[in-house]
Amino acid sequence: MIRSKEKLFSATAVIFLLIAFTVFCLAAVAHAETPADSALTAAASPAPRLAADSYPTVSLPFAGKLNSRLVIWITAQLHLFFAAFVLGVPVFVLIIEMVGVLTRDPRYDILARELMTISLTAFSFTATLGAIFLFSLIIFYPDFTKYSLNIFRPVMMAYAVLFLAESVFLYVYYYGWDAMARGNLKWVHLTFGLLLNVAGTSLMALANSWSTFMMAPTGVSAEGVFLGNIWDVIHGPLWNPLNLHRFVANVAYGGSIVGAYAGYRFLTSRSFSERAHYDWMGHKANMIAIIGLIPLPFAGYWMTKEIYAYSQQLGITLMGGIFAWLFIIQALLIGALFLGANYYLWMGMGRFGEGNQYRRAVKYLSLVLTVCFLIWFTPHTLIMTGSEIKALGGPHHPVLGYLGVMSAKNTAVNIMIVTTFLSFLLYRRTGRKPVVPWAQAGNCVLVALFLAGAGNIIFLGVYGYFVPAAVRIGFSIPQVVTTLSVIVIGSVINEMMHRGSQIVGAPNWGRMPVRSQYALFLLAVSFTWLMGLMGYVRSGIRQHWHIYTIMRDYSSEAYTPTLGHAAAIITGITLVFLAMVIFIFWLDDLRQKKDDRKNI
Amino acid sequence: MKTTVRIILFMVLLLWFYTWFSNSVPQIRGEPPVEQAVSLRGMTMEAYINLGRALFNGKGTCTLCHNAVTHRAPLLIEESEDGHPVGVRAQYRIKNPRYGGEASSPEEYIRESMIAPSAFVVKGFGKTGSNDTASPMPPVKSGAIGLSDIEINAIVAFLQKVSGVAVTVSLPRDEPPPAVETEEPPPAGTMAQLAEKYRCRLCHAMPGLEIKPGEGEIGPPLKGLSRFRNDAPGGLDLRGYIRQSILTPNAYIAKGYEADIMPDDFADRMRVSELELAVETLASEAGKR
Repeated sequence: MIRSKEKLFSATAVIFLLIAFTVFCLAAVAHAETPADSALTAAASPAPRLAADSYPTVSLPFAGKLNSRLVIWITAQLHLFFAAFVLGVPVFVLIIEMVGVLTRDPRYDILARELMTISLTAFSFTATLGAIFLFSLIIFYPDFTKYSLNIFRPVMMAYAVLFLAESVFLYVYYYGWDAMARGNLKWVHLTFGLLLNVAGTSLMALANSWSTFMMAPTGVSAEGVFLGNIWDVIHGPLWNPLNLHRFVANVAYGGSIVGAYAGYRFLTSRSFSERAHYDWMGHKANMIAIIGLIPLPFAGYWMTKEIYAYSQQLGITLMGGIFAWLFIIQALLIGALFLGANYYLWMGMGRFGEGNQYRRAVKYLSLVLTVCFLIWFTPHTLIMTGSEIKALGGPHHPVLGYLGVMSAKNTAVNIMIVTTFLSFLLYRRTGRKPVVPWAQAGNCVLVALFLAGAGNIIFLGVYGYFVPAAVRIGFSIPQVVTTLSVIVIGSVINEMMHRGSQIVGAPNWGRMPVRSQYALFLLAVSFTWLMGLMGYVRSGIRQHWHIYTIMRDYSSEAYTPTLGHAAAIITGITLVFLAMVIFIFWLDDLRQKKDDRKNI
Repeated sequence: MKTTVRIILFMVLLLWFYTWFSNSVPQIRGEPPVEQAVSLRGMTMEAYINLGRALFNGKGTCTLCHNAVTHRAPLLIEESEDGHPVGVRAQYRIKNPRYGGEASSPEEYIRESMIAPSAFVVKGFGKTGSNDTASPMPPVKSGAIGLSDIEINAIVAFLQKVSGVAVTVSLPRDEPPPAVETEEPPPAGTMAQLAEKYRCRLCHAMPGLEIKPGEGEIGPPLKGLSRFRNDAPGGLDLRGYIRQSILTPNAYIAKGYEADIMPDDFADRMRVSELELAVETLASEAGKR
C-alpha cells in the first residue's frame, strides 16, 4: 500500500514538473522576441520568391512522378480526420465520466472507458500520419517549410513539449482508470482527463496558428520579414474563430464516429444485452453530435465574418467566386446531417412504446426541416442555356430566386436549428410526465417561446428584403441571438418542469429498427466528407498563394481544382479513412473476443 | 459478415452520391494569374487604355466588388445610383469636405483611390463600424493584387476614357534602371570585417581567420611578415613596410609570388582608419609563424 502511494506520489511529481515545463514553454513562446543580432536572424529574412523549378519532384517505380499537392492533401487531411477524432472524444469522455460520478450510474463510467479504448489506437494513427505529413512537406515544399519553420520555431518547441505532455496524460488517464476508480482518487483521475484535454486543445490551437498564418499572415512585413513578436504571428485575425470552429466540430465529429461504432456493434451484436448497451451508446453519441452540430453554423459565421474583415477579396473569393457553388454542396451535407440526426431521435422515441406521446409531432417537424433544407439548398443563380435564360427573363427564377439569397438562407438554417432543438426537447420529455404544479403554465410558456422565436427569425428574414445590404447583413446577429435564447431558456424551463417527473414509459434499449442505425452511419460519413470539403475551401481561398500575399505558389499545381475534382479526391481520402476506422473497430473486436475468452 | 458488407456498401453509395452531385454543379478551375512584363515599345494611348481595361477586369480584380450584381463597392464605369462615372465625379470628390487625401486633380484622385482607398470612402461602403472612414478595399500596389505604377496608370486611363472625359495620363516611357546604391558602406571595425570588405582572404591567409578551401594561396600569408621585411630593400620599419605593401604592392614582391596580382588602388578605396587597423593588426602578428 505504501509502495503504491509512493509510486503515485512520484508519478504526480513528474506530471506536475511536466505541466510546469509546458507552461514555461508556452509563456516563453508568448514573449519570444527575435533580437536583430541573434542566431535567429534567419527568421528576419523575407519570404523566398520561388520559381517553377523550386519544387523537387519525386518518382516511384510503380506510380511515376508523384503529384506534390496531392500527397500533401491526402496526408494532411487524413492526419486532420484522426486528430479531430482524438481531440473530440476526450472532451465528451471527461463529461461522461463526470456525469457518472455525479449520478453514480456505473454505465457512464463503462461508456467513457470504452470510448477511450477506441480512440487509443487512433492516437497512434494521428501521430504517425502527422509525421508523414511533416516529412512530405519537407520533401515536396522545402522552401515553404524552411520559411515557416524559421518563423514558427518557438511554437514548434512548445508543440513538441505539449505533445509529450498529452501522451503522458493520455496514458495515465487510460491505464490509471482502475487504480484511480474510487474515493478522492477518482477526482485525481478526472483531473488527468482535464489535463489531457487542456494539452490536446492547446496543441490544436498551436497547429491552427500555422493554418491561419497561411490565410491571413500577421506579425510579418509585406515581404514576409518576421517583425520579432511570435505572439503577433500566432494571434492572427482568424486564429480564434478557427479554434472555436474546430473545437466544436471535433466534439460533433467525435460523436458521429462513436455513433457509427455503436451502430456497427448494434448490428453485429450476438446478444440482446449487448445490443441494448450499444443502442444506449448510439443514443448518447447522437446527442453529442447534435449538441456539437447546433452551434457549428454560428462558429462558421464568425469565421466567415473575420475572413471578410481581414480581406474583402478573400471573403468574396470564398462566397462569391469560384467556390460559390460549394455552399450548395455544403447545404446538401448539412441538410443530410440535420435530417439524419433528427431521424435517429424520432426513431428513438419508439423505444418508449406507448409512452411516446409526441408521435404525431414528427410529421410536422420533418415537414419544417424539409422545407428549410430546400430553401437553404436553393442556388442564387441557376445553370441554364441561353434560350432558357431568355424564357425565364433572367438568370434568377421569378419566385425561387428570392430563396437563393442570404435573408432566406439565414432564416432557414436558424429555423432548422430551432426545430432540431425541439426534436431534442420532445425526446427528453418522452415517457415522462411533469408533476410540478405549474406544468401547464410551463408548457404554455414553452409554446410561446418557440412561436415567438420562430416568428422573430422569420420577420427579420422577410424584413431583410426591404433594407439595404449593409443593414441586412446585420440581421444575422439578432437571428442567432433569438435561436440561442430559445435553446437556453427552453432547456432551463423544460428541465425545471421535469424535475422529479413521473415515468410513464421507460426506454426499451435495444429495440430500435435496423434502419435507424444507418442514420448513424450517414452522420459519420457525411461529417467526414464535409470536413474534407471545408478543408478544401479553407485552403483553396488562398488560391495561388502558399502564404496569402506573402509567398506565391509557382508550382505546376498552383491552380485551384474544380469542385468535381476536389470532391473525387475527398471521397478517396474519406474511403481510406473509413477503412482505417473499420480496422480500428476490428482491432477492438479482437480485444473484446480476447476479454470474453478470459472471462470464460 | 453480411451486415459489414451492407454497411460498407451504404457508405460507398453515399460517398458516390456526394461525388456525383459535386460534379453536377458548374465546374470552374481557378488559374493563377500569368505574370507578364508590359512592353512599352511602340505603345499607343489606345493600347494603353486597352491594357487598363484588361487589368480592370482581370489581374486588378476590380469587378469582384465594383459590379452591379453584388454592388459591394460603388460602380465606376457607368451612370448609376452612385452618381456619374468615376472619371467625372472625381473632380467633385476632391472638393468634398470629407475628402482626406492629397490629390489635386481628378487623375490623382483616381490613382489615390487605388493606392490609399480610405482617402475618401463613399457613404454606405465603409468597413462595418468605421462610420465610412475606412475602406474595405485592399491597396492595389501591395498584397494579393500587386499592380505596378504603369499598370495603375493604365487603369486610370481606362477609367477616364470610359467616363467620357479627357485622358490626362501620360504614356509610360521605359523606366530608368534602378538607381545604383552609392552610399558608402561603413568603415570596417575589425580585421575580419576588413578582410571581408576588401576580399583580402581570397589571396592571403589572414592571421586569426579560418582559411577556406581554395582561398589564401595566391599571395603570401600575412602572419609572420617580419621574414619578408628582412629581405626587402631597406629604409622602412615594420609598419612602414606593411603600409607600403598595401598601398603600392608592386614595390616589393616576396619570393615565390608574382607581381601585378594585387590591386594597387587601396589608397583610393581604403579609409585611413582601416589602413591603420590593418597595419597595427598585421604588425602585432609579424613575429609569429
